[in-house]
Amino acid sequence: MSFFAITRATLAKDIRLEWRSKDAINAMLFFGLLVVVIFSFAFDPTAEESRRIAGGLIWVAFLFAAVVALNQTWARELRNQVLDAYRVSPAAANPLFLAKALGNFIFVCVLEALMTPLFIAFYKLRALGPAWELAPIALLGTWALVINGTFFAAISLRTRSREIMLPLLLFPISIPALLGMVNATTAVLSGEESARFWIALLLAYDVVFTTVSLLLFELVLEAE
Amino acid sequence: MNSMHYLYAAYIATWVIHGAYLAILVRKYARVRREMERLRK
Amino acid sequence: MRRGFTLLALATALLLSFALYEALIAAPTEQTMGDVQRIFYYHVPSAWTAFVLFLINFVSSIVYLIRRNPKADILALVSAEVGVVFCTVVIVTGPIWARPVWGIWWAPGDIRLTTTLVLWLIYISYLILRRMSTGGRTPVIAAVVAIFGALDVPLVYFSIWFFRTQHPSPVIGGGGSLDPRMAHVLLINWAAFLCLAWLLSWVRCELEVATRRVDEAQALESLRESSR
Repeated sequence: MSFFAITRATLAKDIRLEWRSKDAINAMLFFGLLVVVIFSFAFDPTAEESRRIAGGLIWVAFLFAAVVALNQTWARELRNQVLDAYRVSPAAANPLFLAKALGNFIFVCVLEALMTPLFIAFYKLRALGPAWELAPIALLGTWALVINGTFFAAISLRTRSREIMLPLLLFPISIPALLGMVNATTAVLSGEESARFWIALLLAYDVVFTTVSLLLFELVLEAE
Repeated sequence: MNSMHYLYAAYIATWVIHGAYLAILVRKYARVRREMERLRK
Repeated sequence: MRRGFTLLALATALLLSFALYEALIAAPTEQTMGDVQRIFYYHVPSAWTAFVLFLINFVSSIVYLIRRNPKADILALVSAEVGVVFCTVVIVTGPIWARPVWGIWWAPGDIRLTTTLVLWLIYISYLILRRMSTGGRTPVIAAVVAIFGALDVPLVYFSIWFFRTQHPSPVIGGGGSLDPRMAHVLLINWAAFLCLAWLLSWVRCELEVATRRVDEAQALESLRESSR
């Protein structure tokens, strides 16, 4: 099978599984909803204040919610030794990784699409800058979280208490990406400065870590 | 004068950190030594 | 081996006490900051030493992935751990300096402090991974994570650099050259701390080798008992 055939098959399987069980998306949505509600009680901001803090709130909420989906990416493949079967098959490692990353990307994007209206309603948000810039920010930012998250989820499979290990690895490495997402969003919402630099930073982050992940994933999968 | 306190605090903190690390190493070393003796028997 | 270690320990002790004398007494007092500036002689060399150790960690991780030599793995582990110790010194002495000079403990926009903090977090997560990881795969996985962490550093630096230009904050140094006598004291202190790092790494290496040997022997023993 070619690279893309494997990617497509794995991705289709993951989406079908998720569509039938809706485990990850339900957990993420409920978690995100809780964060929105709790933050709105904790701060109760005016429109002016929320413009300054919303960027941080939104992305922290998405980050925590994404960890829920990321944690069960590979756990599903451990049951019934699917991962071992994949390892002994002649298929390359990278298409599998790419399919998993794309799957998580889709799940987290769906989550964001559903949560954003809630954030707008609860925090009375209205962008003063060019709002269309939020689309590339969200896509690049989500990819940044998901590419490293998928990779580190595969790494934390090899550790004790893997659910704890994933955020411990992911959060420090994601700091520049988070800084980029949060500041870009705040820049667009407040309309005070341009978000260009932050978008470029996110792009650089995505390019660097996508390349490294694809180069090194085979080592992680085969690490026995 | 007050600034001297900060100076001493920084120097002492540095040595406390290095001392603590060294103490941890020595303790671990002692434990490994004991284990080695036990295995040799 | 033993003698080399004793010599290094003696040299380190001598060098450290000489450096302490130079930093506290021989170095000229800075005009605007006063004596607090002398924290600089511990703060900056520790930072440089930590960066050198993290660089060693990065290089030996790559070497391990290519050669699969366990020595490279031990070197990666040891340099990361000793690097975290030096990085802790930097992070603790930084605020102690900032407080009297800037009037605040921590400047979130300061590029060097914040980059060091993120570096510290990354390498702590690396050490936690090494500790939590199970089985013989630890070295490969750790080396992979070390490469990710090292590649993250320039991105962290640029993001904070831009963050700072948005949020002006007190930053010392920048322009202006260092008094040659101060630079001299700084270099002596750096040499002393490098020796200390070498000494600590040496002890840690011996410990690691001994630990691995004991683990092997224990595994053998339990194997023998179970086959009996």
